[in-house]
Amino acid sequence: MSGPDPESAPGPADAPKPQIGADEWVASHEGRRQLGGRIQRELERVPRPAFYLTFAIAAAILPVATSDDYIVRVGFDTLLYMLLALGLNIVVGYAGLLDLGYVAFYGFGAYGYAMLASPKFGIHWSTLAVVPVVVIATALLGFLVALPSRRLVGDYLAIVTLFFGQLFVTVYQNGQAMTLLGFSRQYDVTGGPNGIPNLDPFNAFGSSITSLRGYYYTALIVFVIALGAVYLVDASRTGRGWRSLREDSLAAELMGMPVNRLKLLAFAFGAAIAGLAGTLFAALNTAVFAPDFDTPTLIIVYSMLILGGAGSLGGVILGALVVNVSLEVLRTPNHATWIFYGLLVVTLLVKLRPWRWLVGVIAGTVGLGFAVHAIASAWWPRGVAGVTQSGGTLGNAMAHWVLLPTNAMEMANIAFVILVLVVLWLTTLHGWVQKVALAPTLYLTAFVWENRLVVEPSVTRLILVGVILIVLMNARPQGLLGSARVEIV
Amino acid sequence: MNWNLFLTELISGVTHGSVYALIALGYSMVYGILKLLNFAHGDVYMVGAFIGFGLITVFGGPTALTVNVVLLLILMFLASMLGGGLLGVMIERFAYRRLRNAPRIAPLITALGVSFFLENAALLVLGAQYQSYNSFSWKNSPIALSGFTLPAGARISYAQVVVVVGAIVLMIVLTLFVQRTQTGKAMRATSFDREAAAMMGIDVDRVIVVTFFIGSALAGAAGVFNGIAYQQIWPYMGFQAGLFAFIAAVVGGIGNLPGSVLGGLVIGLAQSFSIGYISSTFSDAIVFAILIAVLIVRPSGLLGRAAVQKV
Repeated sequence: MSGPDPESAPGPADAPKPQIGADEWVASHEGRRQLGGRIQRELERVPRPAFYLTFAIAAAILPVATSDDYIVRVGFDTLLYMLLALGLNIVVGYAGLLDLGYVAFYGFGAYGYAMLASPKFGIHWSTLAVVPVVVIATALLGFLVALPSRRLVGDYLAIVTLFFGQLFVTVYQNGQAMTLLGFSRQYDVTGGPNGIPNLDPFNAFGSSITSLRGYYYTALIVFVIALGAVYLVDASRTGRGWRSLREDSLAAELMGMPVNRLKLLAFAFGAAIAGLAGTLFAALNTAVFAPDFDTPTLIIVYSMLILGGAGSLGGVILGALVVNVSLEVLRTPNHATWIFYGLLVVTLLVKLRPWRWLVGVIAGTVGLGFAVHAIASAWWPRGVAGVTQSGGTLGNAMAHWVLLPTNAMEMANIAFVILVLVVLWLTTLHGWVQKVALAPTLYLTAFVWENRLVVEPSVTRLILVGVILIVLMNARPQGLLGSARVEIV
Repeated sequence: MNWNLFLTELISGVTHGSVYALIALGYSMVYGILKLLNFAHGDVYMVGAFIGFGLITVFGGPTALTVNVVLLLILMFLASMLGGGLLGVMIERFAYRRLRNAPRIAPLITALGVSFFLENAALLVLGAQYQSYNSFSWKNSPIALSGFTLPAGARISYAQVVVVVGAIVLMIVLTLFVQRTQTGKAMRATSFDREAAAMMGIDVDRVIVVTFFIGSALAGAAGVFNGIAYQQIWPYMGFQAGLFAFIAAVVGGIGNLPGSVLGGLVIGLAQSFSIGYISSTFSDAIVFAILIAVLIVRPSGLLGRAAVQKV
């Protein structure tokens, strides 16, 4: 997908819609009349832990069901991301604090494990000792970072933590020659750009985990325990306290809530979970490098949390699953193309009503494509002389429809910029004009995809993540599973 | 005392600081009116730098310019300020406007998304490699290298002169605009109390658009300044510079324009002196220490006034 998606970005309200905050019934209003709404209500009766249990069982079956190590590896990464999103959910989703240094805690946990269980300093502690030490240390670090900004508004916290995250990467990246103030002797603390290699595997009581599947199950168990813990904390007095300060910290303070203590607690709790995830990451990879804990990771975890719905535990699971699996699928051009067009069609199906418009737009797009292709092959042969980049059945079929110029890169770069502008312009249109403009936009999207985006999967993934954040925040800030927040004025 | 090193670091710090100050002004203006940390601001600066670079390329590349260098500089500034300004206005219109009354965290996360989107879109379109302004020349000598020699042996290059003088001119124009014009007055009023300003008949939407335009235009100009003084530009340059400018705004007192300039200079000098005297790898840590110290001792910034929270 490229540029903000035309369909999921809402146009300005055509009719007066119920206002969140003004009408209490808005949250359930949308789905009430439809079948989806009924299913939703039925599902809400099932107690939450049943869902988590279903998920855990499904996740436990995965390595048995497949013999492909790659899939298990993706599963492990997804579990790790779930754990990260779970920790972030406490800080952002429950307590409403914007923590932009979150991955630094993840990195701190990973480096902590690396320093205590590797030949680097010759320390080889048992995992049962390392993990608690690292987790507690990370929690303390989180506490310290939040301390200077505790009395200030959330914005300052965002700045301090963002800069702290940057600082972490810089220091660990350059930590191969640290000097104590006033001394000239240099100490190699973090290995600098070479990282710390040859970490010990997880070990306890003389046995150690060496297989990928072993780590997968460890991650699953750790995640389920953490999920249970967070679920219980959420239902406790502390959890309610967090939510109260998220909704209105001033009111919470007036009600006698220890606001500062709650903020610090949320921060430390979130950091501890990130640290725990860090130890798992380090142990499986048997090496740590500072760039793994830089901003892109942070943004990806944020997009998971936001997609699933901040403040919702099911949302954490769903968000991490959807984002990580789609990012993984995007690596192979052939699969990515299927996902891409599938996503476009599904979005059209969901958003375009009534049906005749849907049929019209799709027919128009297809027709337009063939027309443009025919004209181009007659008048501008270079425009169709390029090779298909995505490959596969779909990619080859697309070659008869989409223009593939020989100078694909320059053309598609320009087209990409135009596409972004057109999509933005499209969101300001209404009614039939918007729908008529949709067909050329879709064709342009396909053009950009086939010629450029599919060639650069690593950049496309990150663009996609940015788009998820922007579009979701504008269209559905509560995410897929979250409940709409009521803003108190 | 080694005056040469001291002066060199001082000049470099002031140059860096001027660039930070220009970016910080935009942060501060937007924050003053919307209470929004516009993370995408640093990426507007990056786009400005690339617009300048594009013009150099159009006019024959840095080593074989086909137009007068002064004319080209002026063109670059106009183009980058216009381009940056328009980009800023578009970001406001399409990403932030809808969220004006949403919970505080929503626009912040959107801003992160916009920043990430811009960076990676630039990476896709412009390529991941560094581009270089490559010292276009003034009287046959590259302006980033040649210049005046100061008494103690330190040198100040033409590029540094252009950056510092240019930044000062822009700041004076901005001050005059904010203090003397009708729109400037409306901006100050909106920043003071948006609701009350709206009730007094000020078109708040227009004021916000103007604010975004001016702030982003300054960031665009800062991008060109950075290119002139330090040559290297690339799509991810905005994040780091934006972060430091941000800290500059906070240190000076966010929402306060003279404060942003002061903050920019403080951060620029701190960075440059710590590189010169302590260690280049840990200059970031020193800036962080300054930030924390300011937040603890004077949470509203060096020149900021403590905000009274209204309920």
